[in-house]
Amino acid sequence: MLVFIIKRIANAAMVMLAVALLAFLIFRLAGDPVELMANEQMSQADRDNLREKLGLNDNFATQYARFVVNAAQGNFGISYRNNQEVLGLIAERFPATMELVLVATFISLVVGIPMGVITAIQRGKWYTESLQFLSIIGVSLPSFVVGILLILVFSVSLGWAPAFGRGDVVDFGWWSTGLLTSSGRAALILPAIALSLYQITLIMRLVRAEMLEVLRSDFVKFARARGIPRWRIHFRHALRNCLMPVVTMTAMNIGALIAFALITETVFQWPGMGMLFIQAVTFIDIPVMAAYLCIVSFIFVFLNTLVDIAYAVIDPRLRAR
Amino acid sequence: MDGIFTLFRIPRTMKTLRSTLLACTALLAMGTAAGAETLRWAGQRDIFSLDPYSYGSTSNLAFLNHIYEGLVRYTPEFEVVPALATEWELIDNKVWRFKLRQGVAFHDGSEFNADDVIASMARVSDPTSPLRGNIPLFVGAKKVDDFTVDLEVSAPNPLFLNDMTNIFMFDGQWLVDNNSEKPTDVGGQVEGYTTYNTNGTGPFMLDSRVPDSKTVLVVNDGWWDEKQHNIDRIEFTPISSAATRVAALLSGEIDLIDAAPIQDLARLEASPGIKVDKRSDLRTISIAFNRKEKLADGRDNPFNDIRVRQAFDHAIDRDLLHRRVMRGLSHPAGTLVAPEIPGYSAELDTPTEYDPELSQKLLAEAGQTGLSFTYLCMNDESVNEEDVCSAMVNMLSRAGFKPVLDIAPRAVQAPKRSSGNSDVYMLGWANEPTLDAYSMLVQVLSTRDGAAGVANYGGWSYPALDQMVTAAANELDRDKRLAIETEALKLAKEEVIMIPLHQQPMAWAMTDKIEDVTIRADNKPRHWLTRLAD
Amino acid sequence: MISLSLIRKSDLWYSFTRSRSAMVAAIVLAMLILTAIFAPLIAPQNPYDPAQLDMWKSELPPIWDQLGEWPYVLGTDTQGRDMLSAILYGTRISVVIGIASVALSLLVGLSLGLVAGYFGGVVDNLLMRFGDVLLSIPTILIAILVSTVVRQMLPPELRDVGSSAVLVLAITLSGWVQYARTVRAQTIVERSKEYVQAARLLRVPARRIMVRHILPNTLTPIMVAATLNFGMAILTEATLSFLGIGMPPGQPSLGTLIRIGNQFLFSGLWWIVLFPVLQLCLLVVSVNLLGDWLRDALNPKLR
Repeated sequence: MLVFIIKRIANAAMVMLAVALLAFLIFRLAGDPVELMANEQMSQADRDNLREKLGLNDNFATQYARFVVNAAQGNFGISYRNNQEVLGLIAERFPATMELVLVATFISLVVGIPMGVITAIQRGKWYTESLQFLSIIGVSLPSFVVGILLILVFSVSLGWAPAFGRGDVVDFGWWSTGLLTSSGRAALILPAIALSLYQITLIMRLVRAEMLEVLRSDFVKFARARGIPRWRIHFRHALRNCLMPVVTMTAMNIGALIAFALITETVFQWPGMGMLFIQAVTFIDIPVMAAYLCIVSFIFVFLNTLVDIAYAVIDPRLRAR
Repeated sequence: MDGIFTLFRIPRTMKTLRSTLLACTALLAMGTAAGAETLRWAGQRDIFSLDPYSYGSTSNLAFLNHIYEGLVRYTPEFEVVPALATEWELIDNKVWRFKLRQGVAFHDGSEFNADDVIASMARVSDPTSPLRGNIPLFVGAKKVDDFTVDLEVSAPNPLFLNDMTNIFMFDGQWLVDNNSEKPTDVGGQVEGYTTYNTNGTGPFMLDSRVPDSKTVLVVNDGWWDEKQHNIDRIEFTPISSAATRVAALLSGEIDLIDAAPIQDLARLEASPGIKVDKRSDLRTISIAFNRKEKLADGRDNPFNDIRVRQAFDHAIDRDLLHRRVMRGLSHPAGTLVAPEIPGYSAELDTPTEYDPELSQKLLAEAGQTGLSFTYLCMNDESVNEEDVCSAMVNMLSRAGFKPVLDIAPRAVQAPKRSSGNSDVYMLGWANEPTLDAYSMLVQVLSTRDGAAGVANYGGWSYPALDQMVTAAANELDRDKRLAIETEALKLAKEEVIMIPLHQQPMAWAMTDKIEDVTIRADNKPRHWLTRLAD
Repeated sequence: MISLSLIRKSDLWYSFTRSRSAMVAAIVLAMLILTAIFAPLIAPQNPYDPAQLDMWKSELPPIWDQLGEWPYVLGTDTQGRDMLSAILYGTRISVVIGIASVALSLLVGLSLGLVAGYFGGVVDNLLMRFGDVLLSIPTILIAILVSTVVRQMLPPELRDVGSSAVLVLAITLSGWVQYARTVRAQTIVERSKEYVQAARLLRVPARRIMVRHILPNTLTPIMVAATLNFGMAILTEATLSFLGIGMPPGQPSLGTLIRIGNQFLFSGLWWIVLFPVLQLCLLVVSVNLLGDWLRDALNPKLR
């Protein structure tokens, strides 16, 4: 057991090292940092000093090692654009993104699971067919279009929910939450819906596929033969059996959802990490870009590893793999 | 079907969701009613820095004027009146003596006195100060007593007072305590304590600032001046997307937007509860060229040939820009300053005729048919700049040029522009804070030399023009000075140093909550004069 | 072997003729792609040629409106660009980028997957680890980073021209892993089968075994993935262009058109944003409907 966990963690560490290498390569490829940082009045001597100070005269491996050591300590350097600590910039915006992502995940579970169950057990009915069709539209609509439509309908035409920003927030140490104020909750509604739409369809399809599988299995047939009521079979036994993959996928998808949120954040001007990242991209602010890449990947790898280990704890057979 | 739903308890979830939604909406509505003393204001882009000396941007300085103040200030009618100084006089045509206002306190409680003025003047005139070009006449400052200072000038030009409206006063001791005696520089990415912290004397104090997200000001109850506004709190939010800005106003999350997109004005005007105020701005948008020996890519510079510049000028259909892109709200320009600016001459203000055939002919004569160049544009500086630039590219292509559009946000483009490496660029000049053509002449059109030509990014030099500018600075008679300025603008037009396009329109849109707001041609917010409905 | 695939194909055809949505989607998609490919012949205007744009004809509403003008069937944008032409050319860019990136991903993914699965060992380990790394970075993030960094590396005058190539590269980089994994898994299964062992004993070259024998057996899942990825690639391109890091305003794709149109959301010029949105949705929905049908049709469990 312990061996498995250590192996899994070592693997995750390797992946993170490689991600860090990619992040580091961005620095090397996107142009000379000195040129990106320097203003035009800077003399050659100043430039040389800066180069030395940034350690750009060292060899590739040394620079990479330094980058990894710094990044592991949360030191991603100074933003080219506004001379602030990158980690501080990201930490400031991290709660906004996490809140959006978690609420969207919650919505996608609450909506996606029942839809999946219905489409599985009521195969062939007109409403399940239309739900199926709708789910394809759901994955096909670009999320920026969804955002724009939501703003047009619910914000401008109906005036139900705000179109931008995060409302008022309450601070708890370094965490800030919009969930405790009415304006914060109102501001969360539309972006969370926009972000969850894609996830809803994913969960719905997954639940449907798993349900169909389970419903064909022997134990369901057996249960039916025993005369257990149909709803009880579906929800007590069948659904329980498909929840595991749903939980897994939800956990593993959180990393992707954080990255995906950058589109939603841009459309709704949500002050999260994603918006910071997009601004960094516009201004070629490499340290912020690299840090964002590392942090999002870290969350992704962390959750994946966690899920793997959790599985191994639950089901010892998987350890052999 | 029904059974399934009950089973899964969907109705309850949905009901909860719906009631939460309703509750939120209701609370939101209540929140707006209760927060009537808060002005929620949105602009197109964030301020660049909280240090007023860090960037000579009109919008940045206008925002910071809520926190910081100068010795003198403009009335909404552009008259220079006392602010932190109560009176002043010119001594021996060499020195302006200012009597300072007594009993003024900075936001941290310390008293304002002559030492603060000396420290501020030293800081703003530092060689690294981005604002040094704003006070070209300033030579040095001397303390006379605790509430009297002498500012020495190189020429007795009264425009010095106009310039001083933009020089805000710091607390000298506070600067020392925070190691900030040197100015920061947005363009050069030099930051410091003053980039994120303030200590002014103005009507509002900084409450909090998250760059790119929100800046909050609260009322300064200890302000020395009589309070005309009824605002307790100002929340400034940059919303870069025009559509989102309008959506936020229409849905009532924002009370006031400056830079209301002109294409949306009709819709806004027709919306109940929304007011729109629009007019043409002081800012003249013009085109300028790289005028060094060689272009950045090493080619011999074709723009040093006046025929190429003339061809460029004749390629522009200003009527089309006016009627289509600017929706009839701009003022097509024939000269480099707006009609409101002293030094303007209606005679010069005849826009160059649109004549693409002539352009082609001139280009052919210069041997530059099919001239390819990069055209530097920003998408967040002037009104509908992206559309203006696309339209320019279309028109120039028809006239035989091959422009390559390089468009990005101001923060990316401004360094490229000021480095002087772009072939062709746009410049908007409002003659702030001087409000006199002298500003354009000395800062943009003059040869680059010390405080002169600080915005002469193309690097041109016209000695005849420089002489006229010097003469104007030393001319005490207003009419004579303005005549010289007009003469210099005429030379600029004849030589096609820069190509004026138009004075752009400005538009603010607001909800009913704004009872009264002061909008002038300088497009500056003055929320110490704004009143909100109760 | 051949007869087997024929049966499978006819099976597919049968299932296709029975699925109304698949048929409609296929017809719509075929029309969209054909009109896009022949855009230069059909479109009334070349929207990329600035000299062809007449700004006096800007902001015309669609032809059925009183103020509409022939030949601007769907109206014009603020630059006097014919919306129909812009949409046709924009679709062309979207489709070309979609096809090119899927094709490139397939090429890279199939070859690397085959090599990794067939030879195993260090090569396999390295390739799959690299794949793991790429998979631990969300697709959209890879696409944004790659297109930004590569564009930054290009000289300024090539940035606009090279936009589509940069996008293809960016989308490919995250796309190939999925194919490689699928093919690798299948290859490992096939490799141990007797016919491959026999072929190896007969000294048939490895390349021949891989291409002639193993590859055809992996095609079913690959086909489904490729179709769905085509839709994803179009969406990714549109998203990047919407965010302003994809196609430049001079050669707008559907995403760029939507980004520009979005600025006029409240101006009453609804046709500037609505038509590109509809076209993009139609395109992706029909691709996904086909992909969905294909997946069900090729999945033996659901038969």
